Amino acid sequence: MSAIVQAPSGGPSFLRRMLRSPSAATGGAVVLFILALALLAPLIAPYDPNLQETANRLMPPDAAHWFGTDGFGRDILSRIIYGARPTLLLVLVVVLLMAPLGILVGILSGFFGGITERVLMRITDIVMSFPRLLLAFAFVAIMGPGLINGALALALTSWPAYARQARVETAALRRSDYLAAAEMVGIRGVRLLWGHILPLVLPSAIIRLALDLSGIILAAAGLGFLGLGVRPPTAEWGSMVSEGTQVIFDQWWVAAVPGVAILITSFAFNLLADGLRDILDPRHD
Amino acid sequence: MNALSVSDLSVTFQAGRKGFTAVRGVSFEVASGETFGLIGPSGCGKTTALRAVAGLNTRWQGSITVFDEALQPGQKITGALRSNIQMVFQDPYSSLHPRHRVSRILGEPLALRGVRNVEDEVRIALDQVGLPATAAGRYPHQLSGGQRQRVAIARALLLKPKLLLLDEPTSALDVSVQAEILNLLNDLKASHGMTFVLVSHDPGVVAHMCDRAVLMEAGRIESELDRAALSQGGWVEQLAVR
Amino acid sequence: MTEPLLSVEDLSIAFPSEAGPVRVVDGISFSVGREVVALVGESGSGKSMTGRAIMGLLPRRAEVRAKRLAFDGHELTTLAPSSWNRLRGSGLGLILQDPKYSLNPAHKVGRQVEEALLLHTKLSAAERRERALDMLDKVGLPDPQRVYTSYPAALSGGMGQRVMIAAMLINRPKLLIADEPTSALDRGLQDQILTLLRSLTEELGMGLLLISHDLQQVSRYADRVMVMRHGKIEEQMASADLANARSDYTRALWAARPSAATYGTRLPVYGGEA
Repeated sequence: MSAIVQAPSGGPSFLRRMLRSPSAATGGAVVLFILALALLAPLIAPYDPNLQETANRLMPPDAAHWFGTDGFGRDILSRIIYGARPTLLLVLVVVLLMAPLGILVGILSGFFGGITERVLMRITDIVMSFPRLLLAFAFVAIMGPGLINGALALALTSWPAYARQARVETAALRRSDYLAAAEMVGIRGVRLLWGHILPLVLPSAIIRLALDLSGIILAAAGLGFLGLGVRPPTAEWGSMVSEGTQVIFDQWWVAAVPGVAILITSFAFNLLADGLRDILDPRHD
Repeated sequence: MNALSVSDLSVTFQAGRKGFTAVRGVSFEVASGETFGLIGPSGCGKTTALRAVAGLNTRWQGSITVFDEALQPGQKITGALRSNIQMVFQDPYSSLHPRHRVSRILGEPLALRGVRNVEDEVRIALDQVGLPATAAGRYPHQLSGGQRQRVAIARALLLKPKLLLLDEPTSALDVSVQAEILNLLNDLKASHGMTFVLVSHDPGVVAHMCDRAVLMEAGRIESELDRAALSQGGWVEQLAVR
Repeated sequence: MTEPLLSVEDLSIAFPSEAGPVRVVDGISFSVGREVVALVGESGSGKSMTGRAIMGLLPRRAEVRAKRLAFDGHELTTLAPSSWNRLRGSGLGLILQDPKYSLNPAHKVGRQVEEALLLHTKLSAAERRERALDMLDKVGLPDPQRVYTSYPAALSGGMGQRVMIAAMLINRPKLLIADEPTSALDRGLQDQILTLLRSLTEELGMGLLLISHDLQQVSRYADRVMVMRHGKIEEQMASADLANARSDYTRALWAARPSAATYGTRLPVYGGEA
């Protein structure tokens, strides 16, 4: 007796679902574009971003310099393109530190409960109670400016939200039948946490991540603005805005252009997150 | 030797200072090879008792012995005993991991025990429950309710258990699908020589499947029903919640 | 027989999909008068869609076509949205499977039971309250006063469903559609709720369309039974005639229920659809 398997294999693939959601598609496209800028910077930037032409200081946008030049005569367009690098690099480092750490703490608390949960959650609460940006600034001020320090500071203050979310979800999964079934066939320990719980906790973590990224970009720009990010003369959007504020009334483009770059990038990640949420939300199935 | 001996089983759930005793001093015996029913209205404690036998809840008092091997309260079931006691859950959708394909759901427990040709064994397991080999590549949400429950049964049989616990195995299924699954269960019971303990609130299912049963209410056993009593049906009213 | 309350002629419902329109209901015809009619089918038979089409509750992308879909003289296919709102809650009532999802957890029960009166009548607050309490008592709730002031979360499944029935019947609709009203409840409760529905139908002189997947169960409470399969009505007959059903499918559906009589035998299975 053979039963007929009714449903054909799979619905539309993930990629196609991405393309169907206007926010995910737009956001994703812009993010990819910025990524391309960062990767291909040496090939597409018209000038060396650190090349100073003091004769051409603070020139408005023209044919030679599409976005004009800054106070040192450096081409703003090239600095924008190269400036994508530290921004994305910082985002990457933060993501690689923040999410795994938070998810790990959350899953362990939610799964084991008891003392483990209490201790981990108290630590989480303590870290969470510090104002994030302030702590990041203090950290960088002590450790010294630089991309890695900035990323470290942001990551170490941002993981609690992931921990809390992962804990709640894990605790709810604890009571589910599929975990009970897995236990009955002898699946335990790390295998259970990694192969069974993690895949279910990951989607909302990814969504949170995408939403967080826009904030992280702004925080990174904030660090740069205060001179706590990458060191000059490295091009970085935040520090570019900072330099531009000194001449903002007469040569507005020096601050405005990097500002818009930050805005667009942040917005793109936001759109992407919005679209991802629609796709990854299990209730959509 | 009895398949299952439960003596003076009590299960209490602690929530802070308040405790709720779901099962109080329950005792019953299940003979090898029979289908034994744990029945009663919802909240009577039948599922709690079943899960204690399954080892899903280790906080109980009393004694539980399966084929002469005693379960230890407070400890997880391991070894041969773990393979011998398996369970089919109520809702097939929630007992299959939504992000695992059937091949993994059935293959992982086998791989864990060092079985060599996992793919072949999975195909055999699927065949046993009447599913084609192509089902292995599917996710649970791509299968119908009846097909999912077949996968759940296949999984329960992977470790060749002697005692199979069934928690409302067909309550989420259409009537005709239920009929197929009940037939399948009885076929497998005969071919594998298993003993069943069935929890159900459906009097039709109970009357069809069970050789004997105990009727529970508020954590205690109200009455024992042999086959003659089950056929008569006087116990059906007692399944309604007061 | 008296003029039917509901007349359905050649109803079809299709949903657009990547592979072309999918017909979930394929040209069915039936009528419901002041009686209890059961619409029985398995998952995917189209029975729930039919119920929703009558209530005008299908998603917008559904394509509904019918030669005639008339309730109490109104042609439903051409009804304006404002007329629909008047109809639902006064002429037509709907009870769904799980009261957990039908009752608003944020509002007290009493208010939800009265809601239809608030929208469709001009009764005063005191009169509404009186009718609500009366209705809660009618559906067999032991302490109507307490239930009136409770929130839905405080109610058990059976109580919640009784509240839903009270809320739906308070404005004396002419036709009540109950879509699997007892599937989420314990077996013992199911009979109580169905008995209640049946007696209220008779008492209020309503029509009741009972949608279910359990043929044996609803046949005990229905005057007539319609069996649906793959979007079509396989067979219609008086429930007393079920034992002599002509279609193989109906016979199989009838015989598939386990019971003490089937102990030790294989349950009959139709064609293998699981």
